[in-house]
Amino acid sequence: MNEAASPAGRAAATAPTDHPAARVLMRRHRLRWWELLPWLAAIGFYFAFPDYLGFGAELLIAILFALSLDLALGYAGIITLGHAAFFGAGAYTVGMLSFYGIWTEPITGLLLAALAAAVVGLLSGLVLLRARGLTLLMLSICTMALLQESANMAHDYTRGFDGLPSLTIDPVLGRFEFNPLFANTQYLFSLAVLLVCFVFVRTLVYSPFGQSLTGIRENLLRMHAIGSPVRRRLVICYTISAALAGIAGGLWAQTNAYVNLSALDIDRAVTVFIVLILGGYGRLYGAFVGAVAYLALEHFLAQIYPTAWQLGLGLLLVFVALFARNGILGLGEVLWRRYASRRATS
Amino acid sequence: MDFAANFAGILLGGLSAGTVLFIVSVGLSVTMGLMGFVNLAHGAFAMFGGYVVVLAMNRAHFGFAAALALAFVATAALSVLLERLLYRRLYRAGELDQVLFTIGLIFVFMAAITIVVGPESQQLQLPPALGGQLNLGFIQYRTYSIFLIVVGLLMLAGIWLVFERTRIGAQIRATVDNRRMAESLGINVDRLFAITFAFGSGMAAIGGGLGAEFLGLDPQYALKYLVYFLIAVSVGGLGSVTGVYCASLLLGVLDFVLKLYAPKGGTIFIYALTILLLLWRPQGLFGRKET
Repeated sequence: MNEAASPAGRAAATAPTDHPAARVLMRRHRLRWWELLPWLAAIGFYFAFPDYLGFGAELLIAILFALSLDLALGYAGIITLGHAAFFGAGAYTVGMLSFYGIWTEPITGLLLAALAAAVVGLLSGLVLLRARGLTLLMLSICTMALLQESANMAHDYTRGFDGLPSLTIDPVLGRFEFNPLFANTQYLFSLAVLLVCFVFVRTLVYSPFGQSLTGIRENLLRMHAIGSPVRRRLVICYTISAALAGIAGGLWAQTNAYVNLSALDIDRAVTVFIVLILGGYGRLYGAFVGAVAYLALEHFLAQIYPTAWQLGLGLLLVFVALFARNGILGLGEVLWRRYASRRATS
Repeated sequence: MDFAANFAGILLGGLSAGTVLFIVSVGLSVTMGLMGFVNLAHGAFAMFGGYVVVLAMNRAHFGFAAALALAFVATAALSVLLERLLYRRLYRAGELDQVLFTIGLIFVFMAAITIVVGPESQQLQLPPALGGQLNLGFIQYRTYSIFLIVVGLLMLAGIWLVFERTRIGAQIRATVDNRRMAESLGINVDRLFAITFAFGSGMAAIGGGLGAEFLGLDPQYALKYLVYFLIAVSVGGLGSVTGVYCASLLLGVLDFVLKLYAPKGGTIFIYALTILLLLWRPQGLFGRKET
C-alpha cells in the first residue's frame, strides 16, 4: 500500500530487474539444475542400499544438524562450539515426552522439539550474543556444559548417563510404523523433514534478512553504521538455528528410540563443527558434502582402525585449515574456476 | 578446631590443583593476548609434557626434576617447530580456521600418543621426598600439595619479574596492549611471539608433569581439561599473568569444594559463575578493555 502511494516506490516496484546489480541478486537465488542432485542421490540411496537405511537416516540427521549450524556460523558468523545444546534440548523434549507417555506423535513431536530448542536458543542468545571472539566461544561451551550438567543433576527425570531407552513413537501419519525395525519409514521421514527444513533455510538466506546476516558477518561496523538492528538480527538467527538443531535432535531421538547425555556432549558439538567446515560453510551444500564425507569415512574406518581414524582426521583438519580454507566445496570451486579459465583461454 | 583444620585442608587441596591449572594456562593466556590466536591445542602440549615426564622417569630412570626439565625443553622445541612451520600461517586467518586447525592438532597428538605409548592411563611415581605428609604446625598435609603451591608462587614471582623488570617483558606488555603500535616502534613481534610461544608451551609441559599425579594422564587429557584451561584464561583476562593466577586458584578451590560437597552435578556452579562473570566483564577479571 505504501509502495503505491509514492511515485518512487511505484517505479521500484514495476522495474526492479532493470539494474544490473538487481539482476545479479535475482539470479543468485534461482534454482540451478545441480541443486536437484543431492535429492536424486538420496532417493537413489533408498533403492540402492536397502540394508543401510538406518545409516542413511543418521546421515540425513547429521546434514540437518550441520545445516542449522551453517545458518548461525556460516551466514551470521556466530562462532560457536556449543550447538549440541540445542540438539540435546530437542532430543530430550522428544525423549521425555515419549518416555513418560505424554506425547508420541512424531511430526508434532518435532515441532515441540523445535519450540523447546528455540526457547533455549532465544534465552542463551540474548545473553551470549553480547560477546564476540574467544568470549563468545567460551560462553557457548559453558552454556552447553551447563545444560548437560543440569540434565545430569535431574537424574530422576532424565536418568542421567543411562539415558531414556526404548521410546515409543506413533506411526507417521497414523499409517507407517516408526521404530528402528522400520528403517525405510525412518529414512523417508528424515528425508522429508530435511527437505522442508532445507527449503526454509534456502529461502531465508536469500531473503533480505539473510542478506543482512551476511552483511553482519562481513562487516559488523558498516552494518551498525547503516542502522541495521544487528543484535536483534543475530538473536533471531540464533533462535531459528537453534530450532532447526532441535528438530535434528528430536529426529535423532525418534530414530534411535533412545536419548542420553551424549546428545549434549562437547564431542557432538565439535563433530558438527568439523562436518560443516570440512564441507564448506556459508554455502548451504557444505553441510551435505561434509556430512557424507565425514560419516562415510567414520562409519567404515572408525570401527576398524579407531586410532588411525583419529590421526587421519586430525591431519585432514590441519590440511583443510591451512590449504583449503573453504572446505571441500571451496576446493572444488577453485579447481572448477581454474579449469573453466583454462578452457576459455585455449 | 576440627572445622578449621578441615577448612585449611580443603583450601590447600584446592590451591594446589589451582596452581597446576595456572602453570598450564599462563602460556596460553600470554600467547592469546599477544596474537589473538585461539590455540585450543595448548592442552595437548601439557599432555605431551606429562608423557615426557612419566616416560623419562619410568623407562629412562630420570629424577623428577630432571624429567621436568627435559619435558620443558622437548615441548618448547616441538612447539616452536610447529609455530614456525604451521601456526604462523594462520595468524591472519579467521578464528574459525584457527579453531579447526588446533582441534586437528589435538586429534593428531591424541592419536600419536595412543600409537606410541598406548591408550592406557600412565602412573607417575613421586620421589619419596615429596611423598609423605608435612606438619605445618596447625595441620598435617600432603607434602606434594604444599610443594606445588610453593612452586606456583615462585613461578608467579619469576614471571612477574620478567614481565615488569626486563626488556622482553616490556615488549610483551606493549604488544598485548597495542600490537600495531608496538610493531611500528620496531619491536619484532614475530620473534617475540615465537619466544613466548615456546616458553608458554614449556610451562604447560611442566604443568602437565606436575599435575599428572592427581589429574591422571591418558590420551584424552588434551580434550578433557581443555574447558578448564579456557575458563582460567578467559576469566583471568587475556595476557594478564596475575589474572590467570587468581582465576586458576579460584577455579581450583571451587572445583575441590564442589567435588567434595556436591559430587553430582556440582560443576554446574562453575559454568554458571563463568557465564555470569564473562557477562559482567567480557574481557575477564583482570583484562583491559578492548581498544
